[in-house]
Amino acid sequence: MGTKVNLISGRTIVQGQNLDNKLSEEYFSEVATCEMNKADMEKLGVTGGDSVKVKTSYGEVVVRAKGKEGTPEGVIFIPMGPWANAVVSGDTHGAGMPQYKGIDAEIEPTEEEVLHVKDLMKRYME
Amino acid sequence: MVEITDVVCSLCGCVCDDIVVEVEDNNVTKVKKGACSVGKSKLMGHGRIESPAIRENGSLKDCSYDDAIKKAAEILAAARRPLLYGWSSTVCEADKVGVELAEEIGAVIDNTASVCHGPSVLAIQDVGLPSCTLGEVKNRADLVIYWGANPAAAHANHMKRYSYISKGYWTAEGKKNKKLIVVDVRRTATAKMADVFLQIEQGKDYLVFSALRAMLYGYEDVVPEVVGGVSKKDLLETVRMMKEAKFGIIFFGMGVTHTGARHNNIVNAIQTTRAAHTHTKFNIMPMRGHYNVAGINQVCTWETGYPFAVDLSRGYAWYNPGEHSATDLLIRRECDVALFIASDPGAHFPGESIRHLAKIPVIQIDPFPNPTTEFADVVIPAAISGIEAEGNVYRMDNIPIRLRKLVDTEYMADEEILERILGEVRAIKEKEGE
Amino acid sequence: MVEELLIRNGVVYDPINGVNGEKKDICIRDGKVVEEVRNPKVIDAEGRVVMPGGVDIHAHIAGGKVNAGRLFRPEDGRKGREAKTKVCRAQSGYSVPNTFATGYRYAKMGYTFVMEAAMPPLAARHTHEEIVDIPILDNAALPLIDNNWMTMEYVKSGDTDLLAAYIAWMVKATKGYGVKVVNPGGTEAWAWAKNCDLNDAVPYFDVTPAEIVKGLAEATEKFEMPHSIHVHGNMLGHPGNYEVTTSTYDLVKGIKPYRDRPTMHATHTQFHSYGGTTWADFESKAGAIADYVNKNEHVSIDLGSVILGDTTTMTADGPMEYSLYQITGRKWTNHDVELETGSGITPFLYSGKVSVHTIQWAIGQELALLIKDPWKLALTTDHPNAGPFIGYPIIISMLMSKRRRDESAEDMHSAIYKRAELPSIDREYDLNEIAIITRGMAAKTLGLHEHGKGHLGVGADGDVAIYDLSPEEREAGKIQKAFLNTKYTIKGGEVVVKDGEVVAAPAGKTYFVTPECDEKLTEEMMTHLKDKFEHYYSVTFNNYPVQDAYVPNPYEIKAPWRS
Repeated sequence: MGTKVNLISGRTIVQGQNLDNKLSEEYFSEVATCEMNKADMEKLGVTGGDSVKVKTSYGEVVVRAKGKEGTPEGVIFIPMGPWANAVVSGDTHGAGMPQYKGIDAEIEPTEEEVLHVKDLMKRYME
Repeated sequence: MVEITDVVCSLCGCVCDDIVVEVEDNNVTKVKKGACSVGKSKLMGHGRIESPAIRENGSLKDCSYDDAIKKAAEILAAARRPLLYGWSSTVCEADKVGVELAEEIGAVIDNTASVCHGPSVLAIQDVGLPSCTLGEVKNRADLVIYWGANPAAAHANHMKRYSYISKGYWTAEGKKNKKLIVVDVRRTATAKMADVFLQIEQGKDYLVFSALRAMLYGYEDVVPEVVGGVSKKDLLETVRMMKEAKFGIIFFGMGVTHTGARHNNIVNAIQTTRAAHTHTKFNIMPMRGHYNVAGINQVCTWETGYPFAVDLSRGYAWYNPGEHSATDLLIRRECDVALFIASDPGAHFPGESIRHLAKIPVIQIDPFPNPTTEFADVVIPAAISGIEAEGNVYRMDNIPIRLRKLVDTEYMADEEILERILGEVRAIKEKEGE
Repeated sequence: MVEELLIRNGVVYDPINGVNGEKKDICIRDGKVVEEVRNPKVIDAEGRVVMPGGVDIHAHIAGGKVNAGRLFRPEDGRKGREAKTKVCRAQSGYSVPNTFATGYRYAKMGYTFVMEAAMPPLAARHTHEEIVDIPILDNAALPLIDNNWMTMEYVKSGDTDLLAAYIAWMVKATKGYGVKVVNPGGTEAWAWAKNCDLNDAVPYFDVTPAEIVKGLAEATEKFEMPHSIHVHGNMLGHPGNYEVTTSTYDLVKGIKPYRDRPTMHATHTQFHSYGGTTWADFESKAGAIADYVNKNEHVSIDLGSVILGDTTTMTADGPMEYSLYQITGRKWTNHDVELETGSGITPFLYSGKVSVHTIQWAIGQELALLIKDPWKLALTTDHPNAGPFIGYPIIISMLMSKRRRDESAEDMHSAIYKRAELPSIDREYDLNEIAIITRGMAAKTLGLHEHGKGHLGVGADGDVAIYDLSPEEREAGKIQKAFLNTKYTIKGGEVVVKDGEVVAAPAGKTYFVTPECDEKLTEEMMTHLKDKFEHYYSVTFNNYPVQDAYVPNPYEIKAPWRS
């Protein structure tokens, strides 16, 4: 059983720089990550670059942990992109808008590898 | 080598138009001035979709434009509940053909506003939007508020060109003449610059707007000591700054549109602006993401009456977002064919939607390979608007600016691709009619 | 191939050519009216009323605020739904119809030219983009040049020649038709949430609205401009504003127009003809305004007549829309435009059960009936402000039928008998007068009669409306019905409407004026203008002017400098 957190997603500058370059290593190393504050990382027992698994009612995904000052305790941030979207909610509550922020999630350290974008997309084809 | 000035950036809603580039051997070789790092990355270019392609036995096989366009037309002409989606990273000229195509095949046409500022549109339809152009902010604003928006990451030139750091007529000394308030869940790079940073608890925007609004109308007494993680003292200080400003502006981003309360947050934000307007001049503006998401909203509105999520299956436009927005159609597994242009749902739609997309025929029109390419059945590469093709776009404040063409290309422009698909669809339908 | 058309046996009303209800054939070849034709297609008009294509002098049909109106009123969009046909695109909207519906509905009423009355220069590309999507109608647009910093600075310094050079640049840069004024000074003040009366100083600019109006009129008349300044004055919609209105008219009295036309077109005059001091003692002052117009030659007006029901108000008069929103509490959109202008939009319901609305309703018609010479006024509703253009046939039937006015008044608030004059007016318009206020006057006031619009003389555009109406018809309901849907509308010699259905939707032409200004003067003006771009505009000088691509069907009118 993982630690309960609140998941949000959003833009970063490097994600923006690679909008047209999503199959690149740079995009992968920026977007397949999960930002959280130091205290939360310590609680999880992970350090920067370690794999973590994020699970929600909508799916699960493995990303790399990344320490980020200014992220409040109990909140994790995954840059917008295919990794975040593997676990956000498609329920629009009648407004057309999926829920990209404020998703109840669980997070735990994992030995599993982070999937590259092509492998991540393959999961949908199965 | 040629130097081109007044280049217009086709990346984000800032649509900076004072960029200077160098072009050599039909390539942009240097961005000399004007662009932020994100815009520069766009201008300098990335790997392209090299050829039109059609998926056969699970893998994409290169083909001619003619074959790809014909295949796309066949799929669309046979569709029962097609979705045409994207439209925000191309020019209005292409968007117009898109609406015509949607009419022709009775499609649902939706754009990326659906997953960024769609809730803002719903709020505007509820209460309206007191706003202005970005130059008004530049010249007059002495109080800038970013709420759920992080321009340092998403609109890197916004503060410099238009708001907090820019210099204008009554703001000749730039930020010395201004105050900056940032409201966010995270202490972002933008937040670090602020005079006042209100770090709110995730999902509590609605409560904080309500508190400010009550205070602006003089009901301080109903506001508790802490609201959404913000102390009453900080809220009072914010209200004081709002009242004392000569010209205030709230820029809001996906931090408020993407959370649980969705459009209700924005209604409250606009009502807060109106409350502030009873004291002084106050405006509010959504931080539009793609460089022409405002433009597809404009085109779709003047052509169909509505800005996004328009269902043309009845022959006339039917508008009920939340019933047939892209996400709703996909989650309900209702749509049987999807065309994506100038957008990347593979990267930006919830996984649940993509699971359905993987099962239906998908047509992609885009300059760049991306996660959507991984499941697209017909892939049609396009010229890059603003680099290889010109056309009209609307900045986040709805100011129309014409993108320039900087280099020649063999790639077909979006407008031409769509026109040819439309022509083929009509030919098929005519034949069927016979 | 030569395309010829003969319209036979119609009863023709062509007031510009003095044709008043004559049985007359109209010959058209290659889109123009000619003396005779050889192998024409024949339309038998069989004693029906025939008029030149209608010309609307003032309507808001395209551009940023019209679209903001559509966007924030999906409830309006739902009113006018019609599915696509082989000829027509899908339609939506009532007070803010989509662009396609706008073209079809005007054409069905027999109109072939519409002036978009307010184009914010910085967003001129937007106006033109929408215009391109309005089928059938020939068109033009008036750029807003009054709350403009350059204008105010030149007015302050008294440099009328430089102001003229600036007007020339601006009209060219926007592919515009003339000079539009909307709440001069007041909209700039609105950028600080303030407003200006006619003689108030504009905050920070130290000029008055009166000085702006006068300066712009003087500068405009330095060119051979087809149209005078086109003015929406200060204090629109305020009780007691009629004196501001006549004072505004007085400002241009001494200025000599370049030819025989007024020096000011005062638009939607209904909104400017109010007496009283509050909404409680609000009353019609149409009589005072009509009296002024009757006695003077330097002002033309259009009505801005009210159509009862729900509509969407929109204007560059930002403070006015805010006041309206304060009254109704309905949704409100505002969009201020840097260095130039602003706009506000709010929905509004005109109810015949409300005293103020009833009096407003009366005022528009009183103006038409009290102004003796119909050549001084044009029929408008300031679409969509006083009501949508689709209501024109209602106004026509009212003006032609005292009985209909009386019957309507009986159903309305009794204030109409106390604080309006309408019930006491017996005058009824005839078809010739209707033709004047719906085509002839507008074409002449815009100078378009010299470019083939608004009449059926040899060389004119082959734009013809054939109404399913006998000249003897007096029944108001039948008149209204006939003017809503023509038997035929012919545009440039092509039948576009037949029996009230759109059968063809060709593209219209965009008319724009090129004022020609001395190079030295332009150069001097340019140093001031470039400074504005350098420091205050948010777009660059080179990206500002409307590119040719936005006007695919251009019709240029040159306006030389008057030596």
